[in-house]
Amino acid sequence: MDIVLQQLVNGLTLGSVYGLIAIGYTMVYGIIGMINFAHGDVYMVSAYITAIAIALLTFFGIESFPIILIGTLFLTVAVTGAYGWVIERIAYRPLRNSSRLAVLISAIGMSLILQNYVQLSQGANQQGVPTLLTGAMRIEVGDGFVQITYMKLLILFISLLGMGVLTYVIQKTKLGRMCRATQQDRKMASILGIDTDKVISTVFVIGAMMAALAGVLVTLDYGAFDFYVGFIIGIKAFTAAVLGGIGSLPGAMLGGLILGLSEALFAGLISSDYKDVFSFSLLVLILVFRPSGLLGKPEVEKV
Amino acid sequence: MLERFLLLNNNENKTSRGLYMSNAVVKKTLLAMAIAGAATFAQADVVIGVAGPHTGAYAAFGEQLWRGAEKAAMDINAAGGINGEMIKLVKADDACEPKQAVSVANRLVDSDDAVAVVGHFCSSSSLPASRIYEEAGVLMVTPASTAPLLTDNGLPNVFRVCGRDDQQGDVAASYIVGELGATRVAVIHDKDTYGKGLADAMKSTLNAYGVQEVMYEGLTRGEKDFNAVITKIRSVDAEVVYFGGLHSEAGPLVRQLREQGSKAIFMSGDGIVSDEFVSVAGAPEYVDGVLMTFGAPPTSYPSGAKVIQEFRANGYEPEGYTLYSYTAMQVVAAALSNNNLDPMKAAEWLKTNSVSTVMGVKDFDEKGDLKVSDYVMYEWDAQGKYQQIN
Repeated sequence: MDIVLQQLVNGLTLGSVYGLIAIGYTMVYGIIGMINFAHGDVYMVSAYITAIAIALLTFFGIESFPIILIGTLFLTVAVTGAYGWVIERIAYRPLRNSSRLAVLISAIGMSLILQNYVQLSQGANQQGVPTLLTGAMRIEVGDGFVQITYMKLLILFISLLGMGVLTYVIQKTKLGRMCRATQQDRKMASILGIDTDKVISTVFVIGAMMAALAGVLVTLDYGAFDFYVGFIIGIKAFTAAVLGGIGSLPGAMLGGLILGLSEALFAGLISSDYKDVFSFSLLVLILVFRPSGLLGKPEVEKV
Repeated sequence: MLERFLLLNNNENKTSRGLYMSNAVVKKTLLAMAIAGAATFAQADVVIGVAGPHTGAYAAFGEQLWRGAEKAAMDINAAGGINGEMIKLVKADDACEPKQAVSVANRLVDSDDAVAVVGHFCSSSSLPASRIYEEAGVLMVTPASTAPLLTDNGLPNVFRVCGRDDQQGDVAASYIVGELGATRVAVIHDKDTYGKGLADAMKSTLNAYGVQEVMYEGLTRGEKDFNAVITKIRSVDAEVVYFGGLHSEAGPLVRQLREQGSKAIFMSGDGIVSDEFVSVAGAPEYVDGVLMTFGAPPTSYPSGAKVIQEFRANGYEPEGYTLYSYTAMQVVAAALSNNNLDPMKAAEWLKTNSVSTVMGVKDFDEKGDLKVSDYVMYEWDAQGKYQQIN
């Protein structure tokens, strides 16, 4: 019993991280119909910025964990958001009116550029950040126990908070209304006076910021990263986005949680050798029965 | 449209044909000069490749490899080179990926004209590369690839100055059974040639002692979250966790093991012998008590004292495989110099002759393995250092 509970906790934290990154994929797909392959690498960049931010803050003599956490979150989210904006501006906007394939290739190129740029400027070695928050909560269950580190609780809390704030912004604010309008019909939105280019830029910035949130949390938790770390987690987050229905915001979050939970439960109860096989089989199965994902709306052919 | 374009191009060609021809002549001359240059170049130098993960997640090992080989080449050159010819090193980066290993191996034999290679590091890279070197008649001495298959393949040109995973697994298994007296052992590996090979070797010796492992599973290289596997380790109540793999996965694994409150003893092989193991784990406290099999301290041989001193004088601690790499270079140099720079004759010669190196006198058997293996047990402490304990 305690083991199943522990696996649920493992899966939830992993899944909430997948969900945060999946948001970037799904929002970009929703608004301009492209898959931003560089998104995983934006996450990777945010891990490096996290380490730099921590180093900067400790250099200025700040030692209290809450201040370091808030400072690092603020710095990383801001700088990574700027990366998102710049990437859209130089790699995707010039190709706005060309074929979808051109943008896709441009995205793959951007991903390689980011990886190599980080590798050259930061070195190819494994990097680590010191452990800032230690300690764990232990809950006795029967004759066993479930142990959750405070860092894991923080991951769950901050990622749920991030998702909540984003949902509010998209559903209730003027900016969100503009995003939704542009997603539904870009041409009509621009006729009605919405600066769609600006909205698209904003979506890229939001996606990058969510990835940065995940980047800070994961880096603080695992402590280790390298320039290639965005690849696997990017693929997983993309899978989560497709699973939940690409283009749908709640779908991305739900997809992330399902993927994380299924990985943890399969690895924990059956075998970790085939956990990825299981996750992707699950994806295939869901797509067979619901081709547009769990919460995705089927695309209506416009005549 | 296309036709017009072609026509235009044709016209252009006509008007400037004279220029083109002279261009071609220049090119030919340049080419001839280049070939002549390369030929004289090759005569003056012995080109030796240093192949390993110079970039990527395992670049820390590439650094050890390069430092050792570079220092050895400098020392040999300072003492007059190989039969009067200077060693020229070529860095070949395989990033510890089999595909890239094949392409850099081809480059070394084709365009760099290397006669010998020190490397590769990862067994999964050494295996495919060794065949290319064999076809090209290039001597290969690896300082670190411990997979038994590498020499069991029976290639005449392949040698190693480290031990084999089956020997390493033996030492680990007898320590678990003899010293620790443990009966509940979880075996984890990274599904790679080296990691799985080592874990399998340890497992088979363990089974021979009559101890059945309580868990045997692989994890994915490059991932950082192993909590699911760890919860399972907890559920089978393992006393010892044996991990076959490298430090980039071992670090997060041992950290998350401790974070989930498990006190199981963590043991691994020579894939974690790097300071980076500590930084990847997050803090020295997490690696405290981790056990590791590795060759007898390479710095303990009296013949290496001078070299070690020079390394330290330059502000570099020759950790892990640095001295192995130095040794491999010495083996290559000795074999080549006694056989007039013929790599295949040098390989034949190594099987019957011994070479004295910074790590003592090395003797090779028919397969290219060391005649004497020297695996011992080390323990990491709370300061993030490791000492021999047995």
